[in-house]
Amino acid sequence: MSTTNPAPQHDSSTSEGTTPTVPAPRSADAAPETPETTEPATRQTPRETALQWFRALPGPLLGLILVVVVLSFLSPYFLTERNLINIVSQNSDIGIMAVGAALVILIGGIDLSVGSTLALSLMTTAWLFKVHDVPFTVCVVAGLIVGALVGLLNGVLSTYGRIQPFVATLATMSAAAGLALYVTDGNPITDFPNWYNAVTSKEILGIPLQVFILIAVYVVAAFWLRFRPTGRALYAVGGNAEAARLSGINVTRTKIAVYVIAGLLAALAGNIVGSRLDSAQPTAGTADLLNVIAVVVIGGASLSGGSGGMLNTFIGLLIIGVLNNGMSLLNVSPNLQPVVIGIAIIVAVLTDRGTRSRLVHS
Amino acid sequence: MTARGDHRRDGAGLVCQDLVKAFSGVTVLKGVSFEVRPGSVVGLIGENGAGKSTLSSLITGVLPPTSGTMRLDGQPYAPASPSEALAKGVVLIHQEIRLLPELSVAENIFLGRLPQRGGRIDRARMNREATEVLGSLGVDLDPRRVVGGLSMARQQEIEIAKAISRNPEFVIFDEPSASLGETETEHVLERIRTLRERGTGVVYISHRLDEVLDVADHVVCLRDGHQVGSWTRGDVTRQDLVNAMVGREFTYEHVAPRPSRAETVLEVEDLGRTGVFEHIDFTVSAGEVLGIAGLVGAGRTEVVRAIAGVDKHETGRVVIGGRPLKGGRPSEAIKAGIVMVPEDRKSQGLHLDRSAEENVVLPWERDLAGGGLMTRKLIRRVGTQQRERLDIRGRMALPVKSMSGGNQQKVLIAKWLVKDPKVLIVDEPTRGVDVGAKMAIYEIIRSLAAEGMAVIVVSSELEEVLGLAHRVLVMAGGRQQGVLTRDEATPERVMELAVPGGATSESFGHDESLAATAER
Repeated sequence: MSTTNPAPQHDSSTSEGTTPTVPAPRSADAAPETPETTEPATRQTPRETALQWFRALPGPLLGLILVVVVLSFLSPYFLTERNLINIVSQNSDIGIMAVGAALVILIGGIDLSVGSTLALSLMTTAWLFKVHDVPFTVCVVAGLIVGALVGLLNGVLSTYGRIQPFVATLATMSAAAGLALYVTDGNPITDFPNWYNAVTSKEILGIPLQVFILIAVYVVAAFWLRFRPTGRALYAVGGNAEAARLSGINVTRTKIAVYVIAGLLAALAGNIVGSRLDSAQPTAGTADLLNVIAVVVIGGASLSGGSGGMLNTFIGLLIIGVLNNGMSLLNVSPNLQPVVIGIAIIVAVLTDRGTRSRLVHS
Repeated sequence: MTARGDHRRDGAGLVCQDLVKAFSGVTVLKGVSFEVRPGSVVGLIGENGAGKSTLSSLITGVLPPTSGTMRLDGQPYAPASPSEALAKGVVLIHQEIRLLPELSVAENIFLGRLPQRGGRIDRARMNREATEVLGSLGVDLDPRRVVGGLSMARQQEIEIAKAISRNPEFVIFDEPSASLGETETEHVLERIRTLRERGTGVVYISHRLDEVLDVADHVVCLRDGHQVGSWTRGDVTRQDLVNAMVGREFTYEHVAPRPSRAETVLEVEDLGRTGVFEHIDFTVSAGEVLGIAGLVGAGRTEVVRAIAGVDKHETGRVVIGGRPLKGGRPSEAIKAGIVMVPEDRKSQGLHLDRSAEENVVLPWERDLAGGGLMTRKLIRRVGTQQRERLDIRGRMALPVKSMSGGNQQKVLIAKWLVKDPKVLIVDEPTRGVDVGAKMAIYEIIRSLAAEGMAVIVVSSELEEVLGLAHRVLVMAGGRQQGVLTRDEATPERVMELAVPGGATSESFGHDESLAATAER
């Protein structure tokens, strides 16, 4: 069948060998095959690999490097080991929620309920423990289940219920936030077992345990997205749900699973918050929604779905963390800090778009 | 009307001289010159990537030429934008239909320049003028009707009406027939003849040579950005055009004989879904190619989608290898060995932003990975295998959208051949691909059948069905009109069955209602 080649001269430029004229994959996120987790790709020539690495570099990572360099000049404390560890550990709850949000955004959805889910699951845990004297381990598990159930509801409403995810999760956000306040009449619950507190206070090799949890969540998610068929299916569903369905992927089940994971991770983040404060505040997490989505967007994900990845989400988390930390060190008014985050989002999206179109037209 | 008269004088017309277009160093159009006279039709042909669309972009002000000049009625013409081209009377009718489904026919026609009176839309005038425009095209359509639900052919007519309502001097059609069946295309060609009679100059871009030969006064052929030929009507044969497009000669091959004593692989029994199709009954044996012919909207795609588990069916059953399927789940059909190459590779077939090799492995990841990992190496290995098997030109590691239409289509077919299926369904397997790739795809289909696969080919191009199939099932109005053997299946016989009542024009309205139901 090789006898019928229409225009060899036309196509030969795109066959083997290097070629500057073909559009290249933009970033690690556009396609999960580019270096993202551990294994550096051992394909093609070293030059191509280097080129691909360079192409994976722009955007979020360059932004992070820029912010870090500027802040290290502005504040002597910024680059200290203690401060850098703090940046990560202080943001581990947002970081864990951002993983769920990134997965939801990857499939072309949105989850506005993450913060409220955090509050509801944390309050469930605390309420069962304090008011009903349930063993604390069981309470924690119950909290995680509540988080997963909110996710399940989000998933079912936005698939079988055919409600747009924005609307469905807006509704559950409101309901979950209300329930979180209702269980204790708006009162916080304090005083948990010591081991619970240790989740955030214990340090291994000078690094808080919560940082390990955070990194574990990212690594598992990245591994799943890159290597496992069920995880890889998220890119297919988000990129073109109809083509994914025709390829035998159960789109509905995939979407529901992703919302459940997002709910579960919000509950996990709730435990970090509860452990850190040694108390359960009914409004915990409800203010985090914008930060969580900002992390994902600054990480280069598109809200239309099909792109995004864990490495870039983590970089997005670091950018947000570093910016907030730097502004505190520099005594920037807390009221002004959200303005800077807003600007960061716009800059991230604009530069990202610039990179994309440049590569497409080259 | 005086303006129309002026066109008849000498020097009138759209003249392109040595047009060159380069994108960041890559020259895609290399010196193209031609002339469109008022009241004449120029056919522009060439394979995908030959530069046809670039040329139409230059003429309509979407892109500026790198060098070369254009003149319009003797005056220099260098539109900086589509609106400037429009103001000078040059309109482009896009390949894709771009109507707003929620608005009425008249609103779509006059979008952006709705007639107003006293700050409000003058609906009476708008509808009256829309009726006039539609009438001048010989289209009978209520201008107050909402566009959503109309057939593609109808919508294409509205696009044409929209263009005509601006009283253009020149109209560029960019492959209007790409998504239309033969009868519908004939209607578009009829509109073009009307335009010619009105004194409008037309540039008609198409892959389909017969249409071009049918309607064009002059034919210009592009290949790799070069103008490789231009002819006047009557001086040119189909074979000349084919040779010019592909740069060499080829001939159609004949269908291999049907396997003599092959086992039945697929049985479709009394398949039906209310209002869409009913009483579909046929079998396909190993090594056999079954063609499904019919007009657009006859229900062909709906039937094969049901067989592939993409849509549900209400009555009947699909039996493969003696085992009935539950239906309605693509994964079930795939597992049983029925795969389908869908008709629209962009919206249903491929993930354009992802690499070709990732597209290829997508349906098979669970099988390939087993309990393990989808490693890059594994994906690469399968991708390379399929590239070699189907002779795909291009890097499998690059986004599939970077490939030409023909290679994209090969990637799509390759995707469904990773685990040799028992039944391969191809729906419009050569839509939007160039002649060379078309021949290659035919060759692929033939050799798969020769290897013992059962193949179902659905196509709007009669030539394609007749050139590939051992038997031809003809559908009309959601019903199976008959199954013809190779010898019985003459074009005339197939059309007779495909058009109930025999008169092509009557079938047109009939189609539409069906297409509307199907789109629901």
